[in-house]
Amino acid sequence: MADATLQHDAVQHGTSGDYEAPLFGAYSKKVGMWLFLASDSLTFGALLFAFSYNRIYTPWPTPFHVQSIINSTIMTACLLSSSLTMVMAVFAAQRSDRTWTRYWILATMAFGTAFIVLHGMEWSKLIGEGLTLPMFPAPAHAAVGEMADISKNTPQFPATFFGLTAMHMLHVTIGVIYLGVIAFRKWFLPVLAVLWAAGYFLIPSDNVFHYGIHALGIGLIIAAIILFLKPKDYDAQDVEVTGLYWHFVDLVWMFIFPLVYLLSTKIN
Amino acid sequence: MTHAATHDDSKGQYFWVWGALLVLTAIEVVLGYKQIFEPVRMLEVLLVLSIIKSALIIAYFMHLKFERAIMRWMLVISVTACFIIMYSFFFRDAARILPPPNGLGVQ
Repeated sequence: MADATLQHDAVQHGTSGDYEAPLFGAYSKKVGMWLFLASDSLTFGALLFAFSYNRIYTPWPTPFHVQSIINSTIMTACLLSSSLTMVMAVFAAQRSDRTWTRYWILATMAFGTAFIVLHGMEWSKLIGEGLTLPMFPAPAHAAVGEMADISKNTPQFPATFFGLTAMHMLHVTIGVIYLGVIAFRKWFLPVLAVLWAAGYFLIPSDNVFHYGIHALGIGLIIAAIILFLKPKDYDAQDVEVTGLYWHFVDLVWMFIFPLVYLLSTKIN
Repeated sequence: MTHAATHDDSKGQYFWVWGALLVLTAIEVVLGYKQIFEPVRMLEVLLVLSIIKSALIIAYFMHLKFERAIMRWMLVISVTACFIIMYSFFFRDAARILPPPNGLGVQ
């Protein structure tokens, strides 16, 4: 155990000593995050394979009109831009510029939040038009129509669409919370609590996000426990590891966007 | 410190990568609008573009290009192998329940 600690310190501080260099030439947190991302990529891989299987072997609807494609293209640009601001945050952290690290992380969080809001609006629009899962009945005013017909005749579409995009939206939400904790530590918790309460009371109860906003509450509890157990000042390595997670979320969307949206367009 | 944290990064290259990603996204959207390919060919083209975009993100934004070769190859080979296994088993097994001619019609 002591050897492991010394070896870890040698890696962290770049000191050469009597200890063998780590196999991967990276600190343990980074290797751990890479391994997590490798396993998480298989989760999304399975969901994308399930989507593709249904897409190929089922008469597939093409419900995404121009407005949806414009919306999802802006969402894609938001995520790509957030990756660039995240890279800038890592650079700022490596030169120990705490102010700019926070600014760049804040910009990344703003792009991520914009993505979530736009995606939430897209979901609400589709659900309002009758695209729902079999277990959730369509709104009364949308019992008939294009989306209601899709939900009735091809339930695989809403099942795979909502399953895949909800999983990704959850990852983006976790990423925004993760970034907030790294940049602002315990000072981020009250902000998260206010957003959770505001979302719960302001979003109408017939909207799916009235319940989905509880993801922020769960994130708040987990972040509070982590900050209570290990109240540390996050350094450049923590920012870099957070960046790996954020870029992965961006990477997954690069497959979801063309497979889910662009292959189901209806441009008239 | 690791090589990734100390190598001489030029910030300009990240803006170029960002620009390339936006351009590739624009190409995908135009292909989606024009619908010049039939669906299966369209799937192939979009997948190739997505793989190029993900390679750019992994190599530059995630800095894997600047990590040690053993880390690069271990991650790329293991994840790719898992996807190949998933692909070969998932589609073959899933097709069993489909009616002929696409599947075996196994109940």
